[in-house]
Amino acid sequence: MAASSTHSTSAIAGLDALEQPPGTTGRGGSAGRLIWDAAWPKLLAVAIVVAVWELIALSGWKKLIFPAPGPTLTSLWDQLGTGLLWHAIGTTLYRALIGFALALVIGSAIGALVSRIRPLRAAVGSLITGLQTMPSIAWFPFAIILFGLTTQAILFVIILGAAPSVANGLIAGVDYTPPLLLKAGHMMGLRRLSLYRHLIVPASLPAFVAGLKQGWAFAWRSLMAGELLVVIANQPSLGVLLQADQDQADMVSATAIIIVILIIGIIVDSAFSAADRSLRRRWGLS
Amino acid sequence: MGTASMTEAPAAVTLSGVSKVYGKGGAGVRALDEVSLTVAPGEFTCLIGASGCGKSTLLSLVAGLEQPTAGTLAVGGRVALMFQDAALFPWLSAAGNVELALRAQGIPRAERKQRARALLEAVRLGGFGAKRPHELSGGMRQRVALARALAQEADVLLMDEPFGALDAMTRDVLHDELDRITAERALTVLFVTHNVREAVRLGDRVVVLSSRPGRVLEEFPVTVRRPRRIDSAPVAELAATITDRLRAEVARHGS
Repeated sequence: MAASSTHSTSAIAGLDALEQPPGTTGRGGSAGRLIWDAAWPKLLAVAIVVAVWELIALSGWKKLIFPAPGPTLTSLWDQLGTGLLWHAIGTTLYRALIGFALALVIGSAIGALVSRIRPLRAAVGSLITGLQTMPSIAWFPFAIILFGLTTQAILFVIILGAAPSVANGLIAGVDYTPPLLLKAGHMMGLRRLSLYRHLIVPASLPAFVAGLKQGWAFAWRSLMAGELLVVIANQPSLGVLLQADQDQADMVSATAIIIVILIIGIIVDSAFSAADRSLRRRWGLS
Repeated sequence: MGTASMTEAPAAVTLSGVSKVYGKGGAGVRALDEVSLTVAPGEFTCLIGASGCGKSTLLSLVAGLEQPTAGTLAVGGRVALMFQDAALFPWLSAAGNVELALRAQGIPRAERKQRARALLEAVRLGGFGAKRPHELSGGMRQRVALARALAQEADVLLMDEPFGALDAMTRDVLHDELDRITAERALTVLFVTHNVREAVRLGDRVVVLSSRPGRVLEEFPVTVRRPRRIDSAPVAELAATITDRLRAEVARHGS
């Protein structure tokens, strides 16, 4: 027996050792190197876009009004030196944050209720998906009549745009909790609240994060539409600046603001993508 | 570990006249038909049968995941269930999975870490507690699942083809491990497999089930002395006898 047992010990240790990937100490050296590896394709893409843009400007198409890269980027630089643009960015991001946070709370609450209560699912499940397909700009007449030209009107539309995605993400996550894990959790003695806390919530996390990411995209679009339609006095926002540039036919400045909006969108989206990626990596999904 | 406490218990698992029908009326499918089976505490019973013998249904009933349509079922003590897939929670480390089972038992936080480490050492994964399930091999994941089942302080361990997806060498080594652990802890095991040699290698008794509906066809006590080897002559001999019985049963459905 003793001989057989030691034999088995060394066999099992050997099998385990062979199953582990040999020497995984990372592929490529320093942090700077890693950042450069990730960054250069993006920088190249930006350079190509600027080059094409410059070529169009050089071609003389709509010569008097088409903004060339040089003046646009100079305008952007100048505006970044003033308080007005930063004030506007602050206002807009503040609205985005509040709107998205409210959408997160409301969407999660609705998602949690709908995923738990079967008749509610039948009643409002398809309505949520329907809301998701609704172009948020169509809500503005409704919101403006209801709330007037106020921040509430903008937040209302952001929530309508983003909350359905958040709710749907949560519902999908709960639905796709693997039945085998539910069985295992049940056998372990997880019930009701602890079942949610230790199994269903973590299992829904990847789908939920995907829902958040989509919700953010809807929130950001709704916000920009809102800021162009709901202009509030003495509250400079990116939408207000854009509207002012349009009124003054200041194409260069308008383009600079568009670039700011694009960059903010890309930064936030890549934050969500990074969260999604790290989640997937830790779970061994990718 | 303390085994004295559970040796005096009456039968660990008793099924009498248990039937399970899925669906209703004439369209219902009878998965199990009047199955009677008694498993003594500390006994290792293997259930074997061809497709459609309802062996997984039987385990689900004993586990309490489903209710029998007819008959009575009694289980003495706590039950843990293992599947062909380890069914570990991918967001937790190996140790985290074991600790969660301890937590569900109400074990205080201070004790959990230490006990999880001891359980992982019992399945010879002492150094792998921090690894996530996807970083482990299939055999290692099954051993974490075994540690998690042991953490549930179960008296009865139900295993549904737990080694079915593993390669032969890993399976052999895990047979040795399971032998050792069930003996150390005086566990009662109900082990479902479709591999006849595996059943003879592991079991104190092999129960052959018929197919559609599942009934107990015949029981074979295994008297081969431990430690056993899956490729030894006495194991192969009994396995051949059981295989013949099983083939005869399967042939009945073809004619």
